[in-house]
Amino acid sequence: MAGTAVASTRLPVQKRQSGRKRLVRTVGRTMLSAAATLLGLVTLTFFIGRLLPLDPVIAILGDNVSQDAYNTMYRKLGLDQPLIVQYGLYLKNAFSFDFGDALTSGRPVLEDIGRVFPATIELATVAVIIGTGLGIPMGVLSAMYRNSLIDHVVRMIGLIGYSTPTFWLGLMGLTVFYASLGWVAGPGRIDFVHEFSIEPGTGFLLIDTTLQGQWDAFWNVISHIVLPASILSFGALAYISRMTRSFMIEQLGQEYVITARVKGMSWARTVWVHAFRNVAVQVVTVVALSYAFLLEGAVLTETVFAWPGFGRYLTNALLAGDMNAVVGCTLLIGAIFVTINLLSDVLYRIFDPRTR
Amino acid sequence: MSDPLTAAPQAGALATWLAAPVPASRAQAQAQQFWRAAWRLRYNISALFGLGIILLLLLVAFFAPLIATHDIYAQDLASRLQRPSFSHYFGTDELGRDIFSRVIFGSRITLYIALLTAAIAAPLGLVVGTAAGYLGGWIDIVLMRIVDVFLAFPSLILALAFVAALGPGIENSVIAISLASWPPIARLARAETLTIRTSDYVAAARLQGASSWQIIWSDIVPMCIPSVIVRITLNMAAIILTAAGLGFLGLGAQPPSPEWGAMLSTGREFMLTNWWIAAVPGCSILVASLAFNLFGDGLRDILDPRHG
Repeated sequence: MAGTAVASTRLPVQKRQSGRKRLVRTVGRTMLSAAATLLGLVTLTFFIGRLLPLDPVIAILGDNVSQDAYNTMYRKLGLDQPLIVQYGLYLKNAFSFDFGDALTSGRPVLEDIGRVFPATIELATVAVIIGTGLGIPMGVLSAMYRNSLIDHVVRMIGLIGYSTPTFWLGLMGLTVFYASLGWVAGPGRIDFVHEFSIEPGTGFLLIDTTLQGQWDAFWNVISHIVLPASILSFGALAYISRMTRSFMIEQLGQEYVITARVKGMSWARTVWVHAFRNVAVQVVTVVALSYAFLLEGAVLTETVFAWPGFGRYLTNALLAGDMNAVVGCTLLIGAIFVTINLLSDVLYRIFDPRTR
Repeated sequence: MSDPLTAAPQAGALATWLAAPVPASRAQAQAQQFWRAAWRLRYNISALFGLGIILLLLLVAFFAPLIATHDIYAQDLASRLQRPSFSHYFGTDELGRDIFSRVIFGSRITLYIALLTAAIAAPLGLVVGTAAGYLGGWIDIVLMRIVDVFLAFPSLILALAFVAALGPGIENSVIAISLASWPPIARLARAETLTIRTSDYVAAARLQGASSWQIIWSDIVPMCIPSVIVRITLNMAAIILTAAGLGFLGLGAQPPSPEWGAMLSTGREFMLTNWWIAAVPGCSILVASLAFNLFGDGLRDILDPRHG
């Protein structure tokens, strides 16, 4: 008995040391595999770019060019080099963030993306705030009153959220709330009257208008953003509420919940204070992932709402066959995805001692 | 839950055969397993509802020429943008075409895309996943790295990039969506394989001198099939949404095709004042995708109780 007592007093100290070392090692390994994935992303986009049946020279110069000009451009693009050399060049350019010029605007792709990206981030952020603010309480309530009416309603909303085409929801939203009821402003980020009164700043119109104290413009931006953001958030809401529900159900089956109930703690307090705290880290990683998925949903939502963001830029590039812009956008989204996954993984390991 | 062996309702030769405690043949064992799963499904009302809609969709797609009331390409500018009525159940679109008939024929395209994509993505993912899981080593590392790369893109973005490279059209969107949707299946099949590969019956097969591919094909793949079916059924919902999205962006089925997404895209300018143009194709997409989600959830409860 004495032996075990000694062991149990010393064990936690040893465990923590080895745990921390293991944490460093696993985080390092995750980083390394993320780097390998990034390299794979670049390679995959290279091959997607090569699949293009169009002749890239003709795509740039048009089909009415002299043989001389054609040959010069052909060499300038490096198409006379062997594939492996082209790949090396592509790698070098990709890692120095040089994706070439966009055919549609004639400017570097990276510059274009930098210009349109704030609009998308603003939309996705408002959407994730709506999705989290509604999704977490819905998921927790659903687990709290399992198999009740609330639970069924929440699960039904989740299922519909998974099954609804967001672009269609956007069209219907515009028809009802803009065209018929006139509750919200129409497509675009801001009305034409306000557009040029705002000094260019961060690119986030909600922040810019607040900083400049232009409250008319601020409310105009709000009335433009509320519908697309709500519709975009629907998918995130479904995902967040479903995951929160299943995490909570797992926690509520634990014995400490019974202990808390036995000592007389109310059901609401047990759920929100004891159980919810244990799933908080998992929920945060789900929210981070849903943020990444919102960037995907933005492609269609932005097209519907004429939102001058990343998604519409990508769509226009796709329709124009502008492969430089498509590859640049695809790579950027992939990189954001990998980064968010990596961050949520690392956060999870740091904040949740059970994973060490 | 009642004992599935005694749950069969009617007596008779077939029921006895299905309820026999010791199956006499492999076919009988498989039939019994299938029957038990199907019998358990009767409690799951939402899954039955989903299955019902899927069957209805299949029937509608099959008998589309009989159900449709108008020629789907015939333009009648005199009666354009008409509200739903008895002569046009769902109204007419901006070119006077009958929306009801177009939606009916659109189900063919949607099911064609969904089933073909599933038929490409599921075997591809299954082969890659089981091979990676069973063979292990470098093959596993390389294959799973490739899967990770594909998973690093949101599936719509990846499908968009592939369609941009291949050119628009239904066949190309099938290829693009398949390329974007096999990786999760591969990962699932690999996880299943890892739990199976050390079991005794696999060791027995190996001792009898079966080659790796033989073991993968006849001992491991059949064990992975239930969870792959669940996954692909749930994926069908996402595939339908992606296909509609591609059609809407003008990269999938091309007008005047009655594909539901393409219908939404061509009628866009008229939707703000004529709600039925948007409502009908959109509801069709929603119902089709919801049906696969409901049925997939039910299948998961039955075939894959561990992840339920």
